[in-house]
Amino acid sequence: MAEPIVRAAGLEKRYGLRPVLRDVSFELEPGGALVVTGPNGAGKSTLLRLIGGLAAPSRGSLEIRTERRKVGFLGHEPLVYRELTALENLDLYGRLYRVPERRERIGMLLERFGLWEARHQRISSYSRGMTQRLALCRALLHEPDLVVLDEPHSSLDDEGLTLLDAELGTLAAAGKTLVVATHDPGRVASLATAHIDLERA
Amino acid sequence: MTAYLGDVAALARKDLRLELRARDTLPAMALFVVATLVVFHFALPAGASEDAAYGLLWVALVFTALLGLGRAWTPESEAGALDGLVLATSDRSAIWLGKALATLAFLLAAEVVALPAFALFFAPLDGPALLGVLLASVGICAVGSLVSAMAAAARGREVLLPLLFLPLAIPLVVGGVGSSISPEPGAYLAFLGLYDAVFAILSWAAFEYVVTE
Repeated sequence: MAEPIVRAAGLEKRYGLRPVLRDVSFELEPGGALVVTGPNGAGKSTLLRLIGGLAAPSRGSLEIRTERRKVGFLGHEPLVYRELTALENLDLYGRLYRVPERRERIGMLLERFGLWEARHQRISSYSRGMTQRLALCRALLHEPDLVVLDEPHSSLDDEGLTLLDAELGTLAAAGKTLVVATHDPGRVASLATAHIDLERA
Repeated sequence: MTAYLGDVAALARKDLRLELRARDTLPAMALFVVATLVVFHFALPAGASEDAAYGLLWVALVFTALLGLGRAWTPESEAGALDGLVLATSDRSAIWLGKALATLAFLLAAEVVALPAFALFFAPLDGPALLGVLLASVGICAVGSLVSAMAAAARGREVLLPLLFLPLAIPLVVGGVGSSISPEPGAYLAFLGLYDAVFAILSWAAFEYVVTE
C-alpha cells in the first residue's frame, strides 16, 4: 500500500485561546479524495489552510508528502488581484509556479472554464461566479498533485457546476489527490474515498 | 538565483502595473510631501537656520514613506492575494523583496518631486545629502516593507504601522540629517549603508515567519 500523501494525527489549531480545530486525525492515500463536512465554524477552512501550508498547527502533527508548490489551493477568497485582468493574474502565477508552456496552459484553462472572452477584463468587473471560475484556474494552473478546494461549488451557476464536476472527475481520473470541503457532499460522493465530519471545537 | 530574481522582478512589475492603473499611492505621496514642505515653509520662523530646514525635510520624507507603506500591502489583502503568493513562490522572501523594490520606486519618485520643492522653499541639497536620501530610502523600504506586512495582518494596522516603523526609522533620520548638515558626512553615509545591509538581511530572513500563521 502506498504511503499516505497526507497524514494528520491529533491536529489542533487555536487562534489565541480560541480553539477552532480539535483532535483531528486521518490519512489520505495518493489519488484519494477526502471530503470534509461540518457546520459553519467547525474548522473546515482552517483544516484546509493547514493542509495547504498557509497555517501551522498549534498541536499535533501534519505530514504532507508532496512539495509545497505542488499543492493547488482554492480558498474562500480568490487569491487574485482585483485590478489586474484574468490574463495578467494567471501570467503572474504561471511565472511564480514556473509553469512550462505557460501561455498555452493559461489559454487552455480560460477556454475550459468559459473565461476566454473576458480574459482582458479586470477582476473587479467580474461577477462572483466568474471570479470563482478564475480562482479554480489559478488553483489548477500548475497541475498540482494535491488539490485542496474549500467550497468549490459556491457562487457557480449551473454551467459552472457542470464544468467543475467534470474537472473534478478528470483530476480524480488523472490520479490527483483531492481534499474538498463542502456543505453538499452529494456532489462529490462518487469521488470520495474518505470522509471527515467536523464538529465545532 | 536567476529564478529568484525573476520572481522578484515579476512581483515588483505587478505592483508598478497596479499603481499605474489605480494611481492610489504615488499621487498621494507627492501631494503630501509638497504640502508638508509648504506648511514647514510658513511654520519655520524667518531667520531660522538651514540646519533646522534639513531636519524638517527628513520629517517630511519619513512621513511620506509612512503614507506609501500604509498602502503597500492593500492589493494583497483585498482578495487574499498574499496567500496566493505564499503558495506560489519557491522562496517567500521574494515577496518582500519585490514589495520593497516597488515601494522604493514610489518613494524615489516622490523624492524627485520633493527635493526640487525643498530647494525652492529652503536650500538645495549637495551630493552627500542626495546620497544620504538615497541610502535612507533603501533602508526605509527594506524595514518598512517588513513591518507594514506585519501591520497589514493585524486589526489596528493604522496604529500599529507607525508604532513599529517610526522607532526603526530614527537611526535613518539621524544618518540622513547628519549627511545633510555635517561638514564630514562620510561617517553618516557609512552608517546608513550599514543600517541598510543589516536591516535588509534581517527583513529578508524574517519575512517567512511574518506571512505564516
